[in-house]
Amino acid sequence: MESVTPILEFKKTCVSYTKQTMAVKYVSATIEKNTITAIMGPSGCGKSTLLRAVNLMHNLYPNIRVDGEILLNGENILTMQAIDVRRRVGMVFQRPAPFPTMSIYDNVLSGFTLNGIKLSKAEKDATIEHCLKSVALWDEVKDVLNKKGTFLSGGQQQRLCIARALAMKPDVLLMDEPTSALDPIATKHIEELLLELQKEVTILIVTHNMGQAKRISSKSMFMYLGELVEYSDTETLFSNPVDERTKAYLTGKMG
Amino acid sequence: MSTLKIKNRLYRDKLMLWIVCILAALSVGPLLAILGEVLLRGYDQLSWSFFTEPTPTAYKAMKAIEAGERIPGGIANGIVGTMIMLGMAIVIAVPAGILCGTFLAEHSNSRFAQIVSYLTDLLQGTPSVIIGIITYIWVVVPMKGYSAFAGSVALCIMMLPLIIRSTEETLKIIPASLKEAGLALGGNKARVMLKVQLPAAFGGIFTGILLAISRVIGETAPLMFTALGCSHIRFSVDKPISAVPLLIWEFFNDPNLQELIWGASLFLLLFVLTLNLIAKYLAKKWNQ
Repeated sequence: MESVTPILEFKKTCVSYTKQTMAVKYVSATIEKNTITAIMGPSGCGKSTLLRAVNLMHNLYPNIRVDGEILLNGENILTMQAIDVRRRVGMVFQRPAPFPTMSIYDNVLSGFTLNGIKLSKAEKDATIEHCLKSVALWDEVKDVLNKKGTFLSGGQQQRLCIARALAMKPDVLLMDEPTSALDPIATKHIEELLLELQKEVTILIVTHNMGQAKRISSKSMFMYLGELVEYSDTETLFSNPVDERTKAYLTGKMG
Repeated sequence: MSTLKIKNRLYRDKLMLWIVCILAALSVGPLLAILGEVLLRGYDQLSWSFFTEPTPTAYKAMKAIEAGERIPGGIANGIVGTMIMLGMAIVIAVPAGILCGTFLAEHSNSRFAQIVSYLTDLLQGTPSVIIGIITYIWVVVPMKGYSAFAGSVALCIMMLPLIIRSTEETLKIIPASLKEAGLALGGNKARVMLKVQLPAAFGGIFTGILLAISRVIGETAPLMFTALGCSHIRFSVDKPISAVPLLIWEFFNDPNLQELIWGASLFLLLFVLTLNLIAKYLAKKWNQ
């Protein structure tokens, strides 16, 4: 195995929605650079909650508490400014959410607009072309860049959202079940895309779909009731799970 | 179940449908009657000069009536006054209302927002005559005179709650995913609001503004205390000014001018109707 460079580290990370109940309990794990790590588990196990802790989405809701540490390149995210973290950690949501009032062109650049960064026309064009090519959308949309992003199909919209996130050159890309609202063919395209993208960016993906985790991830986490039950190479996790709960989930007895 | 019972239930179903239809027809009946009455009575008064000339004096009108001619003049002074006051009211109420609505939508849990929200409801329910007298005390008395400005303040106060509510409601039904997507890209709240949420809510907010305009354009009571009225066309902000609803009231009080009531009413009604149609069209387009 190649040398391991940690990029993201969870250290006893806890997330609680109310004082009594913890949605994520003392998760500790190290995410390697330029890998795809899948987070699996039954509904309500805290996988999305854990993911959303990484880009400080929980800050939006004053009742939610995040404890422990999450290190991005050795720096504790939880003590950093949210806008700073979010620039370095991109996110793609379950439902494709291109900004409905913006054209495809403006959607890709929206990260810059929202951060108040001004680009020259040449820089803009270069960014657009590069980002749309890296999500394999360029050939399909290069002639309709001024159309609204919402005109695209679901799969195309989701690729547009990935392009939008990539435009900011994030270190880590968080994906919250990015294909669950898509048909199988669009899903296949996205999966191939992610395999390609891991050269550029570290991907942390929440998925309901075990097959998907198996196909694309090199490492997998299994979470249950807020705990990180098992975390290992995807191959090992699927072929030789240690914990009974993981076994039960993988064989369909649970979840 | 026996066939008889099923038949019985279907029969009752039909009966209900009929009752609902009849009641619906009854409630739109008065509306159509109003439209018809105003249209019939006001139709032949509408002419080019009706929109371009100011109100005639009672003497001129009397002469015309005696001679069996059409009453000369029109309601141009009222139209100009209404437009000026509406314009000023919009300039103040739209930004303030949108900002307030934004606050209510974004901080709906805070105590302050709850108080503001309650006060907005209260303001919406405040009788317009009270808003008129308050504006009189606040604006007319210190400025030592009736003015178009005072009138616009009264209209602005009446428009505010409608704009606040429509902004709030529209922002609340915009998917949270859009806001989160904007913030996830590193935007701060203000920018995400300005570049993503408010543009997405534009249709709803604009509809709200149009409805607010059509709500206040026919207001008479608050203008009696503030704009007072004026018999010629005037463009100054600090002088008394006329308005179409004020003219209707004046025409009613002057036996010589009574014929003009219907033309003015028809104008107001058509204006409001047009605004409502545009609002409806926009809302429909925006919902797609």
